[in-house]
Amino acid sequence: MNAPLLQVDKLVRDYTLPREKLTQPPPKVHALRGVSFTIEAGRSLGIVGESGSGKSTLARIVMALDAPTSGTVRLLGRDLNALPREELRQARRDFQMVFQDPYGSLDPRQTVGRIVAEPLAAQGATREEQRARSIEVLESVGLRASDAAKFPHEFSGGQRQRIAIARALITRPKLIVADEPVSALDVSVQAQVLNLMQDLQAQFGVTYMLISHDLAVVRHLCDDVCVLREGTIVEQGPPERLFRAAQHPYTRALLAAVPRAEPPE
Amino acid sequence: MCLVAAALLSFFWTPYSVYDVDMAAKLQPASSAHWFGTDAFGRDVASLILVGSRASIAVGVIAVSIGLVIGTALGLFASAKRGWWEEVIMRIADFGFAFPAILSAIMFTAVFGPGMVNAIIAIGIYNIPTFARITRASANAVWSREFVMAARACGKGAFAITIEHVLPNIASVLIVQATIRFAIAILAEAALSYLGLGTQPPQPSWGRMLAEAQTLMFQAPMLAVYPGVAIALAVMGLNLLGDGLRDIFDPRLARKR
Amino acid sequence: MALLEVEQLTVTLQTQRGPARAIRDVSFAVDTAGTLGIVGESGSGKSMTAMAIMGLLPEGAKVEGSIRLGGEELTTKTDREMNAIRGNRIGMIFQEPMTALNPVHTIGKQVAEPLRLHRGMNAVDARKKAIALLDRVGIPDAARRADAYPHQFSGGQRQRITIAMALACEPSLLIADEPTTALDVTIQKQILELIAGLVEERRMALMLISHDLGVIAQNVQRMLVMYGGSVVEDGSTRSVFANRMHPYTMGLFDARPALGTPKGAKLATIPGTVPELADLPSGCTFAGRCAFTIAECHTTVPPPIEVGLGHHARCIRLDALTPTLSRREREQQP
Repeated sequence: MNAPLLQVDKLVRDYTLPREKLTQPPPKVHALRGVSFTIEAGRSLGIVGESGSGKSTLARIVMALDAPTSGTVRLLGRDLNALPREELRQARRDFQMVFQDPYGSLDPRQTVGRIVAEPLAAQGATREEQRARSIEVLESVGLRASDAAKFPHEFSGGQRQRIAIARALITRPKLIVADEPVSALDVSVQAQVLNLMQDLQAQFGVTYMLISHDLAVVRHLCDDVCVLREGTIVEQGPPERLFRAAQHPYTRALLAAVPRAEPPE
Repeated sequence: MCLVAAALLSFFWTPYSVYDVDMAAKLQPASSAHWFGTDAFGRDVASLILVGSRASIAVGVIAVSIGLVIGTALGLFASAKRGWWEEVIMRIADFGFAFPAILSAIMFTAVFGPGMVNAIIAIGIYNIPTFARITRASANAVWSREFVMAARACGKGAFAITIEHVLPNIASVLIVQATIRFAIAILAEAALSYLGLGTQPPQPSWGRMLAEAQTLMFQAPMLAVYPGVAIALAVMGLNLLGDGLRDIFDPRLARKR
Repeated sequence: MALLEVEQLTVTLQTQRGPARAIRDVSFAVDTAGTLGIVGESGSGKSMTAMAIMGLLPEGAKVEGSIRLGGEELTTKTDREMNAIRGNRIGMIFQEPMTALNPVHTIGKQVAEPLRLHRGMNAVDARKKAIALLDRVGIPDAARRADAYPHQFSGGQRQRITIAMALACEPSLLIADEPTTALDVTIQKQILELIAGLVEERRMALMLISHDLGVIAQNVQRMLVMYGGSVVEDGSTRSVFANRMHPYTMGLFDARPALGTPKGAKLATIPGTVPELADLPSGCTFAGRCAFTIAECHTTVPPPIEVGLGHHARCIRLDALTPTLSRREREQQP
């Protein structure tokens, strides 16, 4: 039996705030209160949550950029937080991330070619390999080989997000964690990037863990959805069921709050 | 703006001309033979000014480099490590700040003896906390940006991130700061020389020229003007140079040209 | 006479690459207590239009055309004269509640500020009115919390506070530029309901700018669709939603991932990207990206053509599009 692609078990993450009174223990923020889910290869998962739900914390912990207070994150059966540093670094070729802000996630002082090749360079690939693969991924996301010599500020938001996606693809990862990848983009650009992500799913066999506050976006790319609220998963299941017959009141409130694109009679 | 900076820069690179002392002609006003006249020892003031710039530049460059290299390294280290290390380094920097700059330079040279080398070391040391602090603050801001998180997500180590991502992004801040400190270093050297603690005779120095000119104020007032103006121009030119350099290094502005 | 009349407004900005028209020949009107929505993406000129009305355009911007508030021409006013109107007769709410409030002043002081500035109220009366306003916008325990600072409030609450500030002097026109974009969807609903309630209660005119079609559909009676600085379509919300005439409007509507689309279906996209201001074509701004472009589109600025009652679209190819339209109508019939 194959291990699932990602298995997250009872994740808890607390943050201690600065002490307010000398006599009392410092207050704690419970960002995640025991989150568990599984992602099978080929079945993308959507995480829906609003601000304060803990979704960004979850993304960071899954990407092993932050350690949980308790609980485990297993990628292909291996506990990421238990791996020695060198092995973790190598394991990173299998999971990459796309960030929300197309303006902040690219180093303004580096050329696009270098930015896109960075994950590969961190794995120790040669210059030629880096160059070849950079061109390959840039073309996969609809950009040109000549774009590799340019700087991020020469591109629009949608194009920058494509560059970010190209960077996430270069090591041929199995899992891509996308944290609000289209929220900062205009609607028509969103559509282009979502279509692209869909194509890449088919073309490269990549599975997404997509975090978004926008249910429709999640619907478009994911086979399963979890609704996250204040650090716990309140509902989980396939999108069609959730959107047609949501069981938890919070999910229903979220769905009801989305303004419908039909003027009232 | 770059042109002005370049022009002023060339001002300083022509100093390596005359270095004679001619005792015979003392205290002459400006003439065709001697453009700025002569000083109490009959030396050509123009040459003295030009050669004096050598001292100023040397002090400026070396002292600032000391501060820059050591201070930046400390700042980057503190920012990358955070926690405990950061606190310790910053407290040491604060300690450095506690002593007024010129005073500590004076103390240093008083203890280790006057002379250009010691002046350079003294000024260099007192530059370190400034650079450390500025580097740390700017570096911290860069560390929190998303592209650094992206680099960490690739598995890049802290050292690689510091060199490849943090340093280029704080470079413009450091450059501007370096030019400002250069200007201050020149002033500091002038002050030290004025007090007799910096460059020693017979090596010319603008500060000492000012000191000597003081006593001769009523006989040859221009003797004070030349070094004063030289110092002022140097400082101004450096500031402009800093602005120009910073603009050159910004890839966003590079598009304009 | 409408409350706000904008006629043939053209704004030229000084960009790095020379002068570029950010707003091209825009005309519309808002009645007293009427609601107008402006929908568009980045670079469409929708926020710039609001800035032009408020007199807050960047340095070096050239304004041609006319903007009249209650019959008074605004484009010729000096900055000082506009100061008397901003916050007083026109209130504005911005997108980022985090940055719209000054972090070092209490919210009570900030809400009272327009009252003291424009109405000359003394501190005590202004504070009383401020508390009443804060209460009306839904800040609990307003009297006590008036002395709190912005950072002690959530994003949604901060937006409520900026709404209170905008309303303080009972303006006749409220401009809301993407007021809910930065907020969670559940808070968004509350804020929009609050704005709708206040607009009705005080009989204010509302100009709501958004990129979200859902927000527009639910909150305004008339709407404009902007692209590249011009109004490509305008009409009553119902009419525009029912019959999208302009190719850009159609593209915009089709590109939304709707909750009903099956997974795996491709989203219809508008090919290409919005060109920079300086690169916009001189004819129809959408020429080139539009699937129905012909040679003439690049050279002629399309005039507004009436396609329904009060519904206009700027496109010279509307006849060619009618077959698409009838097919769409047929599709929508049950």
